[in-house]
Amino acid sequence: MSVLELLKVGKSYGEGASEVHALSDVDLSVDRGALVAVMGPSGSGKSTLLTIAGSLEEPTSGDVVVGGNSLLTMSRDDRARLRRRSIGYVFQDFNLLAGLTAVENVSLPLELDGISQKAAHGAGMTALEELGLLDRANRYPDELSGGERQRVAIARAVVGEHQLLLADEPSGALDSVNGEGVMRMILAACHRGVAAVVVTHDAQLASWADRVVFLRDGRVADQTMAPPSPESLLDPAAPTDLEH
Amino acid sequence: MTICESLYTQYDTRYVIDERTIMSVRHALLALLDEGPKYGLQLREEFESSTGEVWPLNVGQVYTTLSRLERDGLVECENAVDDDRQRDYRITDQGRIELSDWLRTPPDFSLPPRDELVIKVLVATRMSGVNVHEIIQVHRRAMVELMQQWTRLKEDESELDLGFALAVDAELFRLDSVVRWLDVADGRLKRASLESKDKSIPTMPKYRRRVGL
Ligand SMILES: Nc1ncnc2c1ncn2[C@@H]1O[C@H](COP(=O)(O)OP(=O)(O)O)[C@@H](O)[C@H]1O
Ligand SMILES: [Mg+2]
Repeated sequence: MSVLELLKVGKSYGEGASEVHALSDVDLSVDRGALVAVMGPSGSGKSTLLTIAGSLEEPTSGDVVVGGNSLLTMSRDDRARLRRRSIGYVFQDFNLLAGLTAVENVSLPLELDGISQKAAHGAGMTALEELGLLDRANRYPDELSGGERQRVAIARAVVGEHQLLLADEPSGALDSVNGEGVMRMILAACHRGVAAVVVTHDAQLASWADRVVFLRDGRVADQTMAPPSPESLLDPAAPTDLEH
Repeated sequence: MTICESLYTQYDTRYVIDERTIMSVRHALLALLDEGPKYGLQLREEFESSTGEVWPLNVGQVYTTLSRLERDGLVECENAVDDDRQRDYRITDQGRIELSDWLRTPPDFSLPPRDELVIKVLVATRMSGVNVHEIIQVHRRAMVELMQQWTRLKEDESELDLGFALAVDAELFRLDSVVRWLDVADGRLKRASLESKDKSIPTMPKYRRRVGL
């Protein structure tokens, strides 16, 4: 089942001579449990795609369907509720609130959605536990390392009933080891059924995805085929001719 | 045909057919013998498990390498019987020195390799009627697909053998550097064609002089 569908999505900014087509005719479908990576040069429309997929911005043309619901026909309030209840975002700069502890940061979206503080706190602790952060739950963001802050941001994005995770350069300032950790966490969320779209310029991070979509000038230029079983890489029948 | 075969023959960058790797097999065997005397079959098994089975080795290759090491005085045979399988190898003092020197000698990366992919992109820039960006994307996708397969191999962290993980990381970084080069080439060519709509795109002769294509 498709959790996210972009249907012929277009987005332009400005008018007349200064009009910029950030996205044109983008079709994208992400199934439950799938991890899709979006790669492309700077300015190719990656962030625009993500903000539209998360209903933070409206497309100029086309439609976005989340969990079977068309955003086009939805009221503003319903869209806001969908955002809080079903969609989690991870941004490059983590976006944690400095005055709240790790667990408060994670449970905030649930509280905003009207869930009791106690239930929200419980769900927040569960999400932190899954990411190995239970002992950091009561720390403030400035008492956490960069890698830990990023994990808290991911916990917040997957807390509760979120079915769609959208991440824009989620390993931003992290080193390769932590970058891999971030992708493992996102993958773990996918194994629990979350659908994820990760924007990255880093091919090593993108290669954790089931599918890699390449954007160019606001269009889907290409995408990877479903990779065959990795065992073939280690096939002893493969040529290993050392004689010379 | 395996994936391995089809993708690698396309680029011809596979480690195992690289001459430097043949040298590495020599030294890897020396390192295993440094732990104590061993039989050929045992060496093969230990070699494969120490590289996380990323570089399979057939038994003939083991014996060929051992006989060269013996010829060069780096290993010696305890019991000079005819049957290879009965022979027990041990490292010599000269072999230990060779191993120690090799560990500390940086690989020769000073000369740019005649990279097949670089040549393909250079040729594409010269051909009218060929969109070099499309050529670049074909290769970018192929690289990323290969990286997806390698990454899948380290997905199950609990069963991840350390030697194997290190070897897979090395492969991923190598492929990643190719993707980065393609990204930079893509941007450079785009800028160049915007800047000089009618001037011709970078030509090969300059490169030829420097790299000796
Ligand atoms: N708010 C905006 N106003 C005007 N132009 C914008 C705005 N946001 C993005 N753009 C333009 O849209 C294009 C795509 O931007 P973006 O989605 O941020 O690309 P990416 O994330 O791939 O770097 C760029 O040309 C950018 O300048
Ligand atoms: Mg961006």
